[in-house]
Amino acid sequence: MTVDAALTQAFRSGWARIVATLIRTTGDWDLAEECTQDAFARATEVWPRDGVPDAPVAWLTTVARNRAFDRLRRATTEASKLKEVAAAPAVEEVAVDDDLPDDRLRLMFTCCHPALPLEGRVALTLRTVAGLTTAEIARMFLVPEPTMAKRLVRAKHKIRAAGIPFRVPPPHLRAERLSGVLAVVYLLFTEGYAATRGDDLLRRGLCEEAIRLSRVLATLMPDESEVLGLAALLLLQDSRRDARVDADGRIVTLEEQDRSRWDARAIGEGRALLARTRAAGPYVLQARIATCHAAAPTAASTDWRRIAGLYGQLAELARSPVVALNRAVAVGMAEGPEAGLTLVAELEGSGALQGNHLLPAVKADLLRRLGHADEARTSYEEAHALARNQPERDHLARRTAELGTPT
Amino acid sequence: MKYLMFICGDENLDLSPEETAAINTATEAWVREATERGVRLEGNRLARTETATSVRSRDGELLVTDGPFAETREQVGGYDVLECADLDEALEVAASHPVATIGTIELRPFWGP
Repeated sequence: MTVDAALTQAFRSGWARIVATLIRTTGDWDLAEECTQDAFARATEVWPRDGVPDAPVAWLTTVARNRAFDRLRRATTEASKLKEVAAAPAVEEVAVDDDLPDDRLRLMFTCCHPALPLEGRVALTLRTVAGLTTAEIARMFLVPEPTMAKRLVRAKHKIRAAGIPFRVPPPHLRAERLSGVLAVVYLLFTEGYAATRGDDLLRRGLCEEAIRLSRVLATLMPDESEVLGLAALLLLQDSRRDARVDADGRIVTLEEQDRSRWDARAIGEGRALLARTRAAGPYVLQARIATCHAAAPTAASTDWRRIAGLYGQLAELARSPVVALNRAVAVGMAEGPEAGLTLVAELEGSGALQGNHLLPAVKADLLRRLGHADEARTSYEEAHALARNQPERDHLARRTAELGTPT
Repeated sequence: MKYLMFICGDENLDLSPEETAAINTATEAWVREATERGVRLEGNRLARTETATSVRSRDGELLVTDGPFAETREQVGGYDVLECADLDEALEVAASHPVATIGTIELRPFWGP
């Protein structure tokens, strides 16, 4: 392995662990990040000269810990922290592989604490858990770097000042807090997945980070169905990334996608994770729906009845209008457009999705399939006016054009 | 860690005498329990905001005005000083306060390292 490859691998597997261990032992987030960064900088100097150490992450942990130790020793006012570092477990205990995974979990739960604003949770997770730089995160979220830096400073300050504990929550808080962690990872993914164009390519990195985080969580909490479900869901959705946009950046619907371009390896990994789940929570159900698509060799062979049933279960767990709309689509496929339109009419009546282009877009598709071209056209035009991004507007315009001229 | 817990609610909320009595009884029980547990150091209820007086001193001139410093939908109606291990414990204590079900509880850590 080249030094560069070794560094990349050590960064991927080591960053969060080293930062988390240093936070636990020093209680100082900035110190932990800076010393971890210093250790990687040191590695880029030493490894090309002396060779890659046998246990790269252990090597980095030692360097980072010594650096933290030095800095705390110099800061005489922080004598109490020094004691904690000295009492920290020996390097061999903390560094090797997954022997002590708890620190990373602690880090994730703390970064996603509900007392932090959502944007702070997201930023902190990317910075301290994923190890992205402030500049990278700022570019991904399309905000100026100083804005992102301020967000991170505020979040870290609140952790310290408000006394947010660095720990895995006790059992009675576990379920609620875990869903908060999963929500942040899912948000990272959807932020990245929405990107379809070349100039958005950087945002693709968000999907990769989200998948990586979900895999780490699945390793650390192998018995939590929702954790496995989230990882499976992300992998299954991501398996279609190359097929959902054509060479000109146009949206290709699930129905029209070239299924040979789906990532079979990602699908396989997702299905294997899903097979290990027991309870059917929201992420597990969504992953099962994604599997139905992945398992169908052609669009026509999709098991829409099963998908409609799964959306029904999901709707009972999460009273979300978007879930209700997806259920209408599935029912429209399983039982015919009229049945789908009945559900769409209910949603229209509730007013829950007013102003969202998806509702008229779904309605238009159902009307088109019924052969009601004029009504479909009106709904497509309504959706077009509400759609926020260009690929979606183009897609809706093409659909309208396919209906032919008004009668 | 020390936290100041503001008990906030709409002081004009139209509660029946039974509802008011129930909240008071529940609050007394909360005070007793939290104090015995050692997480509540002290606290009190406050008189209504119409009894408030705001004081500002600008350029040597004293400005005294009737009323609270800001008009808000919910008002501070009481406070408690908590001594908790961390924010999670303070959240738990705050969540069990009866006013949490009808108003808002704000937790503010004390200034300092």
